[in-house]
Amino acid sequence: MRRIKDPSRLEDAKAEAKASWNSLFCGDRPIVCTGMSTCGISAGAREPRDLMRSLLSEEGLEAKYVDVGCLGLCYSEPLLYIKKPGRPMICYGNVSPKTARSLARSILINDESGDSALGAIPELSCGEISSIPSIWEHPMLKSQVRIALKNCGIIDPENLGHYIARGGYAALAKTIGITPEAVIEEVKTSGLRGRGGAGFPTGMKWEFCRKSKGDEKYLICNADEGDPGAFMDRSVLEGDPHAVIEGMLIAAYAIGCTQGFIYCRAEYPLALRRLEVALQQAKDAGFLGENILGSGFDFDITIKEGAGAFVCGEETALMASIEGKRGMPRTRPPFPANAGLWSKPTNINNVETLANLPSIIDKGGKWYSAFGIGRSRGTKTLALAGAINRPGLIEVPMGMNLRQIIFDIGGGVPGGKACKGVLTGGPSGGCIPASNLDIPMDYEAITQAGSIVGSGSMIVIDEDTCIVDLARFFLAFTQRESCGKCTPCRIGTKQMLGLLEKITQGQATNADLAKLEAVAQAVRSGSLCGLGAGSPNPVLTSLRYFRPEYEEHIVHKHCPSMACSGLTSHSIDQSKCKGCGLCVEACPVGAILGDHKKPHRIDQERCIKCGACILACPGKFSAISKRSGAVLEVA
Amino acid sequence: MINSSAQKTDAECFTVPQHTTIMGITMDDKVKDLMGSLGRGRGSLIPLLQRVQSEFGYLPRETVAAISDALVISESEVYGVATFYSEFKLKKPGEHTFKVCMGTSCYVSGGGTLLSQIIRRLGVRPGETTSDGKYSLDAVACLGCCSQSPTVVLDDVIHGNVTPSTLESMISELENGSEAL
Repeated sequence: MRRIKDPSRLEDAKAEAKASWNSLFCGDRPIVCTGMSTCGISAGAREPRDLMRSLLSEEGLEAKYVDVGCLGLCYSEPLLYIKKPGRPMICYGNVSPKTARSLARSILINDESGDSALGAIPELSCGEISSIPSIWEHPMLKSQVRIALKNCGIIDPENLGHYIARGGYAALAKTIGITPEAVIEEVKTSGLRGRGGAGFPTGMKWEFCRKSKGDEKYLICNADEGDPGAFMDRSVLEGDPHAVIEGMLIAAYAIGCTQGFIYCRAEYPLALRRLEVALQQAKDAGFLGENILGSGFDFDITIKEGAGAFVCGEETALMASIEGKRGMPRTRPPFPANAGLWSKPTNINNVETLANLPSIIDKGGKWYSAFGIGRSRGTKTLALAGAINRPGLIEVPMGMNLRQIIFDIGGGVPGGKACKGVLTGGPSGGCIPASNLDIPMDYEAITQAGSIVGSGSMIVIDEDTCIVDLARFFLAFTQRESCGKCTPCRIGTKQMLGLLEKITQGQATNADLAKLEAVAQAVRSGSLCGLGAGSPNPVLTSLRYFRPEYEEHIVHKHCPSMACSGLTSHSIDQSKCKGCGLCVEACPVGAILGDHKKPHRIDQERCIKCGACILACPGKFSAISKRSGAVLEVA
Repeated sequence: MINSSAQKTDAECFTVPQHTTIMGITMDDKVKDLMGSLGRGRGSLIPLLQRVQSEFGYLPRETVAAISDALVISESEVYGVATFYSEFKLKKPGEHTFKVCMGTSCYVSGGGTLLSQIIRRLGVRPGETTSDGKYSLDAVACLGCCSQSPTVVLDDVIHGNVTPSTLESMISELENGSEAL
């Protein structure tokens, strides 16, 4: 794209981008779009796409191929959208090479029979789609409000023209036409709060930094999404990187920053690559660099790749890491707004916070604050995963209740199992029990329930997940990731982990449980940073709601969920086993012994308790079972 | 050639006598080459370590003096940073690396079982490499691919919805592949 020197030329560029968008989506060639985010790729999206391409080109049909980001329907990935000339763009889910073959055939003969699938995508269709249900009527999408995700799964993230055709960089042009104070005021009106976890009002944070004295100020985009179970920021970065860059430009102008950094974790190679591409495009087009759109405003962005440390999501640790040090937090004050990166005033915002800004400036703070409840305004992206029928990425208005999110949008728990609860806030959050799901997605309400909204991960657990084992899992994580600077976190997490291991192995006493609670309180009140202070949350919240489960492990040495491997075993009922050998073949570690046609046995030393044998054993025998308690070999 | 470092601890890897060449190439030149446009000083340390690691697959002891000289910071500080971040490896990784996601979603959907399976099958613990230098295993924090959990990365290719049997076929494919050679 040519360099855009002033806002009026942006209008020209938009008209041009729209024209080429229309000629692509209203043209006479078939179009195949593929959801190519990390989730789509890991689900195998490349295979059907490439197959489709080779099948069509063999027939001499020149179709157009567009790779898009994640639409959020991750449960039915790989996703392919297909548009035949003169027809709407149709979204197909769970596309295997076999379905790719039949889709290719339907393009070749221009067959309309398969034109329903998951629904039509109006944004990518040229005109009328009324005969076909829109994808936005899909149960997972129907009650969503997509602001941060508005382009995800719709545009090619590596195509700046697509972003501009959908209204991109118009908010930047509007921003540089008003005063920085007016921008801050608009963001304050929107009620936007930091989406990384802390929930601090964004406009107020900017004002502190704007008013802070200093000739040079920095802006940092925190893309170090380290919470296990969180993938909102990854999806935004992979699906719409320019929205984050435009958000940074708006923030930088409002605060008065000339240099920006995006600190992105190394575990997201695709996000890093797409960011690099987008940054170069923005530089070439004149959205970054000197005298942006002729306004005299200078701003540039550098990517800093993380190196694998969870604690670097904490802002002071993140800055230490950019400075090339061990990523350890420090005490505040001084706050980053006064003395941050290299002791200069610094403002740090999370990816999702920034991705909301273009729409807020474009449509106004009032428009944004119309969504939400109480002090939680706007929308929140959430990563749904775990024991749920439709895992994926969603964006809902703040205030929607958790039950609606899990059951209406997520489709509930699979396999007819009971929902036990939902984990929010990652390792600093907790498990809200199924009986308490009528609370709204609201910073204050979730905190009151003993968890946190956090960055937005929501992992649903069913009856098969042991709450004690889960607390142990989180403590193992925080203990491993503890930077070691302050004593309560360094030693406290180790002690908590040790006690939880004792409980899950059936070796603990009631005194250990009391000790666990005491240590948890000490770590919560004594740690230096939020990650340490939040680390006892999974323990304290699960004790609040699920204490009998802890007691069952301690008193009866029994894991009710049959999940704690130290308290469970698999065994073969010798009277039922016919020695067919199917379990022997299924066992990945060769733990099943026995002669053909004679009852088999499980070597408990080798068994990894994966359950493959139970699945392999024919239903008419049902000889293998899992039990909790003493290891038994039924005679 | 670099000595086998598979059996050494991180600290031992840093205390071997200092060499400054690998296969005849001076590390000062190599590091200068990798520095490219990076400036001197601390801020460049992590990006430089990343470049060195992507060149060699790990941070050979031989490069440390050169890194310390190039950025004008002490070797002990380089060691401090290199051992803080889990991305950096001081030991040479195996020919093939399995990374098993241990994020919450993968954990509740069977990631732990996959990890145990690799430990048993290949005789390698997380963070280690088999003595024949063939396989490395890492248990990694969330890969952000929770909707396809459990996930396993084999040599930079991500696989979703992995089951013990698909993992077994990944492993046997590697083993049979090497026999064929």
